[in-house]
Amino acid sequence: MNPTYPFRYGRNYDQARTFKIKSVMENQGRIIGINGNVITIEFEGTVRQNEVAYAVLDNTYLKSEVIRIKGDRAELQVFENTKGLKFGDKVKLSGELLSVELGPGLLGQLYDGLQNPLRRLAEKSGYFLERGKYITALAEDKKWDFTPCVSPGDRVQQGDAVGSVPEGMLMHKIMIPFYLSDQYEVIEIAQPGSYGIQERIALIKDKRGNRIPVKMCFNWPVKRAITAYKERLSPTEPLSTRIRIIDTLFPIAKGGSYCIPGPFGAGKTVLQQITSRYAEVDIVIIAACGERASEVVETILNFPKLIDPHTGKSLMERTIIICNTSSMPVAARESSVYTAVTIAEYYRQMGLDALLLADSTSRWAQAMREKSGRLEEIPGEEAFPAYLESVIAGFYERAGQVRLKDGNIGSVTIGGTVSPAGGSFEEPVTQATLKVVGAFQALSRERADARRFPAIDPLESWSRYRGFVDTQTRKYILKTLAHANEIEQMIKVVGEEGTSLEDYVFYLQGEFFDNVYLQQNAFDPVDAATPEERQKRVFDLITGILKKWLQFTDKEDARNFFNRMRQIFLDYNTSPWESDSFYACEKKIKAMVAERSAPFPETALSHTSLAAVEPDMNSTLRRSDKSFQHEPFQKEPWDNIPEDEENL
Amino acid sequence: MKKIYNKIIQITGNVITVCATNIKYGELARVSSEYGDSLAEVIKIDGKRVYLQVFSGSSGISTGDEVRFLGHQMQVSFSENLVGRIFDGKGDPRDRGPLLTESLIETGGPCVNPARRIVPSKMIHTGIPMIDVFNSLVESQKISVFTTAGEPYNELLARIALQAKVDIIVLGGMGLRFDDYLFFKDTLENEGALSRSVFFIHTASDPVVECLMVPDLSLAVAEKFAMEGKTVLALLTDMANFCDALKEISITMEQVPSNRGYPGDLYSQLASRYEKAVDFEGAGSVTILSVTTMPGNDVTHPIPDNTGYITEGQYYLNNGRIEPFGSLSRLKQLVNKKTREDHRSLMDAMVRLYAYFQETMEKKAMGFRMSPWDEKLLRYGTLFERDLMDLSVNIPLEQALNRGWEILAECFLPEETGIPTKLIDKFWPKEMLKADEKGKAHQA
Repeated sequence: MNPTYPFRYGRNYDQARTFKIKSVMENQGRIIGINGNVITIEFEGTVRQNEVAYAVLDNTYLKSEVIRIKGDRAELQVFENTKGLKFGDKVKLSGELLSVELGPGLLGQLYDGLQNPLRRLAEKSGYFLERGKYITALAEDKKWDFTPCVSPGDRVQQGDAVGSVPEGMLMHKIMIPFYLSDQYEVIEIAQPGSYGIQERIALIKDKRGNRIPVKMCFNWPVKRAITAYKERLSPTEPLSTRIRIIDTLFPIAKGGSYCIPGPFGAGKTVLQQITSRYAEVDIVIIAACGERASEVVETILNFPKLIDPHTGKSLMERTIIICNTSSMPVAARESSVYTAVTIAEYYRQMGLDALLLADSTSRWAQAMREKSGRLEEIPGEEAFPAYLESVIAGFYERAGQVRLKDGNIGSVTIGGTVSPAGGSFEEPVTQATLKVVGAFQALSRERADARRFPAIDPLESWSRYRGFVDTQTRKYILKTLAHANEIEQMIKVVGEEGTSLEDYVFYLQGEFFDNVYLQQNAFDPVDAATPEERQKRVFDLITGILKKWLQFTDKEDARNFFNRMRQIFLDYNTSPWESDSFYACEKKIKAMVAERSAPFPETALSHTSLAAVEPDMNSTLRRSDKSFQHEPFQKEPWDNIPEDEENL
Repeated sequence: MKKIYNKIIQITGNVITVCATNIKYGELARVSSEYGDSLAEVIKIDGKRVYLQVFSGSSGISTGDEVRFLGHQMQVSFSENLVGRIFDGKGDPRDRGPLLTESLIETGGPCVNPARRIVPSKMIHTGIPMIDVFNSLVESQKISVFTTAGEPYNELLARIALQAKVDIIVLGGMGLRFDDYLFFKDTLENEGALSRSVFFIHTASDPVVECLMVPDLSLAVAEKFAMEGKTVLALLTDMANFCDALKEISITMEQVPSNRGYPGDLYSQLASRYEKAVDFEGAGSVTILSVTTMPGNDVTHPIPDNTGYITEGQYYLNNGRIEPFGSLSRLKQLVNKKTREDHRSLMDAMVRLYAYFQETMEKKAMGFRMSPWDEKLLRYGTLFERDLMDLSVNIPLEQALNRGWEILAECFLPEETGIPTKLIDKFWPKEMLKADEKGKAHQA
């Protein structure tokens, strides 16, 4: 059997030169130690930190990465199972950093953490992922319809488009590789027509007269952020996910970052899946990092069948899946998130909005911990390496909205789930993540147990971005929920009979809002996704109810009223937008409320009444109710909401 | 080529070190001492020093004992002859049957390409309402029973094994008490299920390293059967013992512990086993049902915590009952839409109400007066626990769903349940509604 020879250095010539890699492929070392997936080699010549190497096992080449160099020894993490390697085995050093191949054909693909296309791999080697089998990321035989947009004599630089090809429903710009950092002049440009990704479509010349061929694809090292843009902007435009609790209370922004920590079984993955379906972006990249394979499978099999509500085409056409599931080699987990973010940045360079969903970043952190342990580094908290925080910060900082050199705006939004050990948010990964993200959607076990989905805890979550609801209302709703929760806790202590009717109604209102607005049925075709227009309408209706003074004879009466109303509201939520039943339910709700509403009594001291009549809530609440004064210095979630007037 | 060495330079814990060359990582060796032979596996190579973990423990091994490298990794024989047999953690027969050496397969093989997996869609009916209705077991699912020592988890496992319609049962026992082992053997034998079972049993008195081999052996065999088109149910009990064995070895190897002494790669170690659960396109499937005993009933302990993130749902077995809370497996959701249209909504509503019932119980314990709503909840909770939660209840899914509706109708008005109106119209027991009205009229 011929060995699958993994080197493709000839093709990466330009890059090799740009990164001043002297020679490709002549360097090699020998294994002198093996500990799990970390091997130690002895080498001659030069070794580059983080360069890719291949351990030679009989006829297969096991991909690995240099992670530490000491004297004439280097330690490598192997992206495969190391069983069968032995002392003295050869290791070939490639001189290249770990890179991804960028070009048309990425959309709709399913890759592993090292960008091996899993579908084509399955055609080749069947059910199992045999180690040492690598294939190029982009299909080389596929032809693309190229339309040039420059002519000979034009000046170009990194990231400038020389033409475009249609990919799925978008125009994929063919750009000058990002590693070419000079000014160039176009000498030749291909005629419109169909070309493969490895064919030369342009020839450019630098100032010294060197001629450089340009192809449709090029490589870029995953751990280096792409910076071929004019300026970075602050994320101001809301990104609609069609999940009510997120869009209304804890919005995310295009170019922002957010995290979803939660204990197992709280629905992190479900939330990510829903987001990947309905989010209003151009490209969704799902990085399934160290999680269950079956979840990825669900996405792979369902997405082609699902229709993207924005474009009318299959969802798979805007999706790229990078999966390194939990049983796949640990070392490739780390690279999977970087592979994903690099691809996201590549599409951003075309002026598109890309959303990267990483599930779960804790697994990636754990992979770092495993590596660090094998290297016998001095451990930090919970044995995570000391550089955990800076690495996490570096990753989330690759999110951002940018103005490109051609004036277009593109963005990368990063949403990462965190799986905190023991479900406690005090652990290092959650804490390190919280420092660098703009929104925090905390999932709670209590809500999940009580089947309240999405199980985002409104009392713990926060967002620094602005959504469609104005700041005042958002704060008002959060305070209402917090106060309803306080009453609920109080009822537990003093019992229902010890609670005033007024407080009890307030509690029911909070519960009602939670039940019919914050909770959403992911399995109902209508309720699963609420577009912004509908959210606004429903939100206005429900805040109207919350701000009303409702009259009841006793607690029983109040509970019955809210039970009935909940039932109608649930039907309202599941009625198609602007359908007859939608209007019928709305009418019923309004009638029910009208029947009970009364003017605010003079004596009413409740926050509802006061908050509703007085716009300046802060002062009112402080004056009227002591419960908000208990801990004046404690930071509340709503303190994170930006003021409308502020810079942004 | 076999290589023999007879100078052991270090013995710590169950790990011995020899100076040897040309040894493969993961290779097996046979260590012969006065007290008998034992297998050992290469777990680290540092220059010429080769570290081996000795399966039967290092006790009695002398520095002059012979270490013979076998040139291959851990293997297990796979053939039809396995069925009905009982082995130990080394793969040697524990029953009186012959040693099997034909068609050896390597354990811990590569993982399945996600592109070749299919979405699980077949429910495994068990006749236990708390499983069928509230947390359906699905073919190719990996799910763990979270419980504490002393709970009847092995009985539960045996019952599921007997009632589930599967072709092959693979039982991996780790640190089993001997009477539990006999219990499994006798129960399956008496019910005639031993003839479709394979046992890999490590009992508490066996060397701890053998415990580490049990999941790999069991799952390698299960995977092979699945490749041949069989529906396989793999039962692993108790995975906490496996994790403790991992801890022991990693501490011996002077690895930096991450959390309560467990190695940093606990998640990956568990995941590589659990992920063997698979539904092969065009072949059979492996379903993994494991037991995880939680030390001190603490779900945040590293073992249940890591397991929870890997498995697709949990069964919480507490006080002899499976609790309706906790698990939310995606798979369950997938099959529940196919069983009956009301399944999912009914399940959610019942669980939500049960959560209210538990709050009411707390209130009651504190001596508060019960409101009419509380009274309803109390009645509901009692019926729910008696008719559905009790483990002795053994009814098919349809019947269990109907019973659920009856319980709701006995206790609540339709709008109190939060179930969509169209399902209420269809499934709410009509007679009950009339009886309710009559009852009310009578009271009035």
